[in-house]
Amino acid sequence: PQYSELMRTGRAQAELLLGPEAPRLRGTLCVTGHHLLLSPGPQDLWLLLLRNVDSIEKRVAGESGTITLRCKDLRVLQLDIEGVEATLDIARSIEALSSLESVITSFPFFYRPKGLRLGDAWHFHPPESYYKRVARETKAWRLSEVNENFSLCPSYPRAVIVPRAVDDKALALSARFRQGGRFPVLSYHHARSGTVLLRSSQPLTGPQKRRCAEDEELLRAVLAGARPGAQGFVVDTRSAQAAKQARMAGGGTEAKAAYPGWKRLHRPLERGRPLQESFVRLVEACGDLEQSTDHWLSRLEGCSWLAHVKEALSTACLTAQGMEREGACILVHGAEGTDSTLLVTSLAQLILDPLSRTMVGFQELVEREWIQAGHPFQLRCAHSAFSHARPKHEAPTFLLFLDCVWQLGRQFPLSLEFGEALLLALFEHAYASPFGTFLCNSEKERCLCEVRSQTHSLWSRLNQPKEQRKLRNPLYVLNPLALWPSVEPQSLQLWQGLFLRWTRPPEPPEVAWEKVWQIV
Amino acid sequence: MEHIRTTKVEQVKALDRFSTSNKSLTGTLYLTATHLLFIDSHQKETWILHHHIASVEKLALTTSGCPLVIQCKNFRIVHFIVPRERDCHDIYNSLLQLSKQAKYEDLYAFSYNPKQNDAERLQGWQLIDLAEEYERMGVPNSHWQLSDANREYKICETYPRELYVPQVASKPIIVGSSKFRSKGRFPVLSYYHQETQAAICRCSQPLSGFSARCLEDEHLLQAISKANPVNRYMYVMDTRPKLNAMANRAAGKGYENEDNYSNIRFQFVGIENIHVMRSSLQKLLEVNGTKGLSVNDFYSGMESSGWLRHVKAVMDAAIFLAKAIMVENASVLVHCSDGWDRTSQVCSLGSLLLDSYYRTIKGFMVLIEKDWISFGHKFSERCGHLDGDPKEISPVFIQFLECVWHLTEQFPQAFEFNEAFLLQIHEHIHSCQFGNFLGNCQKEREELKLKEKTYSLWPFLLDDRKKYLNPLYSSKAQRFTVLEPSTVSFSFKFWRNMYHQFDRTLHPRQSVFNIIMNMNEQNKQLEKEIKDLESRKNKQTDGVPTKELLHSIHPESPSLKTSLCFKEQTLLPVNDALRTIEGSNSADNRYSDYAEAFSKSEPAVVSLEYGVARMTC
Repeated sequence: PQYSELMRTGRAQAELLLGPEAPRLRGTLCVTGHHLLLSPGPQDLWLLLLRNVDSIEKRVAGESGTITLRCKDLRVLQLDIEGVEATLDIARSIEALSSLESVITSFPFFYRPKGLRLGDAWHFHPPESYYKRVARETKAWRLSEVNENFSLCPSYPRAVIVPRAVDDKALALSARFRQGGRFPVLSYHHARSGTVLLRSSQPLTGPQKRRCAEDEELLRAVLAGARPGAQGFVVDTRSAQAAKQARMAGGGTEAKAAYPGWKRLHRPLERGRPLQESFVRLVEACGDLEQSTDHWLSRLEGCSWLAHVKEALSTACLTAQGMEREGACILVHGAEGTDSTLLVTSLAQLILDPLSRTMVGFQELVEREWIQAGHPFQLRCAHSAFSHARPKHEAPTFLLFLDCVWQLGRQFPLSLEFGEALLLALFEHAYASPFGTFLCNSEKERCLCEVRSQTHSLWSRLNQPKEQRKLRNPLYVLNPLALWPSVEPQSLQLWQGLFLRWTRPPEPPEVAWEKVWQIV
Repeated sequence: MEHIRTTKVEQVKALDRFSTSNKSLTGTLYLTATHLLFIDSHQKETWILHHHIASVEKLALTTSGCPLVIQCKNFRIVHFIVPRERDCHDIYNSLLQLSKQAKYEDLYAFSYNPKQNDAERLQGWQLIDLAEEYERMGVPNSHWQLSDANREYKICETYPRELYVPQVASKPIIVGSSKFRSKGRFPVLSYYHQETQAAICRCSQPLSGFSARCLEDEHLLQAISKANPVNRYMYVMDTRPKLNAMANRAAGKGYENEDNYSNIRFQFVGIENIHVMRSSLQKLLEVNGTKGLSVNDFYSGMESSGWLRHVKAVMDAAIFLAKAIMVENASVLVHCSDGWDRTSQVCSLGSLLLDSYYRTIKGFMVLIEKDWISFGHKFSERCGHLDGDPKEISPVFIQFLECVWHLTEQFPQAFEFNEAFLLQIHEHIHSCQFGNFLGNCQKEREELKLKEKTYSLWPFLLDDRKKYLNPLYSSKAQRFTVLEPSTVSFSFKFWRNMYHQFDRTLHPRQSVFNIIMNMNEQNKQLEKEIKDLESRKNKQTDGVPTKELLHSIHPESPSLKTSLCFKEQTLLPVNDALRTIEGSNSADNRYSDYAEAFSKSEPAVVSLEYGVARMTC
């Protein structure tokens, strides 16, 4: 209903340019509440989700105008429109409609695709189903519903896995001692070594070096429930300096004396604005077809994106190494525990756990360790690399995760059941999607918006047989071992399939993969 | 052997080049007449051919022994620690002698004996026949003829005996032109493009100085342009940067003056000379050899070395050449200074873009024989086969291989061969194990009697054909399918498998290539069996398959897929470039280096370099 006010014009004649070498499409252009439509012929329809538009640029000359749309999936489109008024109206409509903030009026709440039933495939109840697996492996952990109404921690799901020895009352007190209430919970149980991976936010020690007996008890219980004699390590994703500084603002890190058996390692990972800027600069460099190789190399260096990939992967390796080879329990946190923390815990699982490398297992990992674990997708993915707005909360942490997974896939091409296409799909849908999966910032918000009952799940689409063929890795064979990637700069590659997706070399690798499929 | 004083040293440590915690393997070092051999405690053998050694360095004595660093031409770097300085000194001196031979006759090829008789050896040398190749191209014909002018190497010592020139070019014209060209390298045919009737010709720079002219040379160029019935205009590509070409004028050399030649279009393409290329690669290798290299240092090092810029320049030139022929139907004459480095690069790469035959295994051998070996690329000087002027060494041929590799990356289905084939050829331009790349020109090779005393590499590569096949190759492509590579900056990448061939830890642990290759083989096998069965079925009078027939199907395939994946497999044909197909290996201990991070009592700062944690408490 309210869209009509934002729409300035119904339709116009336009010509669309999809890329430097793509043929032009001519037809009637039309802006609807959620889409930009172009129909070049009676049967054809080209369609763009307005939410996908990251930035819009308009130019008028004489009797016509040009609109350049830069999309969140990194595509750049050019529309040549007849009529100056029409151009301006369409530009204004797109601008207004692409930046709507209300969740419940967003497209997923209206999208009703054929062949999918509402409510299907919201079958993921990750903490619960993951707990079933943990319970088979160890008795030291329990599923707690202490966060049933999101009162302890607004960014956690209803159910979390905690040490059996710790009761809900103690959890409540530990939650008060952690930023945003994110007390230490189980992320992954490594059955082979009898150790666990935990995640949380920073403890609120503050300048007075406060302590919390229940929080200390919780971590003590973790060690008691693990392999006898297990040590604990806190992997802090900030530098020692930054962790110290955080004390001044009420945060901090675990004091050695308060947590016997636990030691601290600092592994600074880039986050927030610097990470977003790194992404923006990389995409900028990837859009320049005229630059010299020297300039390209210097921009690749300057943006530091691959340095971030390396840091993320090596921290995950360190964590996985600690568990598998040292038999230690590991708690990962930075400040809020919703970004680089999740990056490390999810990557460490991919390295260690063969199940998380399957099609289903990886979807569960993303659902459990990112979506349910409270990565604020709506804030982080509000804008992609083209927005001119100053980044507020945007950061491509999830993209960095996908890039690291892609690197693993390059180095172990037979060990991931899914191919690059799944990673690309997740990137696209995280930024703009007709599905509800990546909406909102937490389970709490998704409950309030009734996302589960009012939108379709991306997973149900991806798990349709005809999609599956595109997403699977034809060469997959279960690899029961841990994957230790090389993180040397010579071994890391730019993810061309994503960053250069729209400016590819003449014979795309897809053709080759088609051949691989035939052979297999 | 007179140079060998110590043949065996025990308790030698081999350090991992990239480990920051100085992990090492202990073993025994053997010195033979041809190889340096290291056998570690796991019985893994590392063979290093003396001819592959580019430099040996003895570092200052340490508490654990005397370090010996050996850099090889195939980019292997080994770092040994020999317990006793005396042994180290002996080995060092021996290697210095053995790696730099003064005479061709002392090279490995003259003693290498693969147990073949003379007939087999001769047959091997006849495998690649250039006369056949010119016939395949479609010459001689009404416009091009075989000239006998150089039959006794009288006109040009560095050219082959058999040369193709325009039909109308008479001997006096050829002789006259050759006197006007550096080293007598007058314009001759390199490749004839049958479809367009345009030709790629090659020569050296004219001795034009500031104003000299040569009518015969002008005639010869005109004859080349007239040999093309479609387009009378021809391009003259000077592959040098304009500044270099101008500097040559002062020395009485230079480039063609457009006013003196009718119907030519002159073009500089700006590929740098051998000295620039040598130091560029040197810089690249220095950066990549750094321990604990950061991502940013890696990219800034790549940039400042300029290596990829040079690779792009060669590629650009080849594309220009291919376009002139395909789009404008024009013949092209290519030269640089002497016409044996950049000219070979551009002519061969251009032909490869134009003619899909050169993208097959056999065709690629032919291409190397034609544009590199027969036209006198100075392999022995450029590769430093003998102890000689280090300023003559330059990675010109490697650069050509790298351009081809870039093309295989961009066109995964266009090449019959794979990366291992390129790496193996590179291995052998330095190995001096076969005669093909010894010497600097055909005349020299004949004088060395290489065909009688050594073996040709090509039949050996063909015997191992399976290893070098690209499973994705689509052979249906027409002969004249032109490759149009992208040259935007991001198409140029670091060739890790070349420059870090022997640094196992840097490579993917699983090889897609092997798996696909094996599956492909398996499919073919199964298809063949199906055909066999069908034909047998048809032969049977009653048409009902018997029990025995059904049992003859080999039930191998289902288990194949899994069994392949966790076995050790060789990706590269080089004996020790093994890459294991697995997630982690107990022998591969790079990640236990992380252990240090956990072992210290109170870690203050942990810095992680190269996937290895180090403590700085």
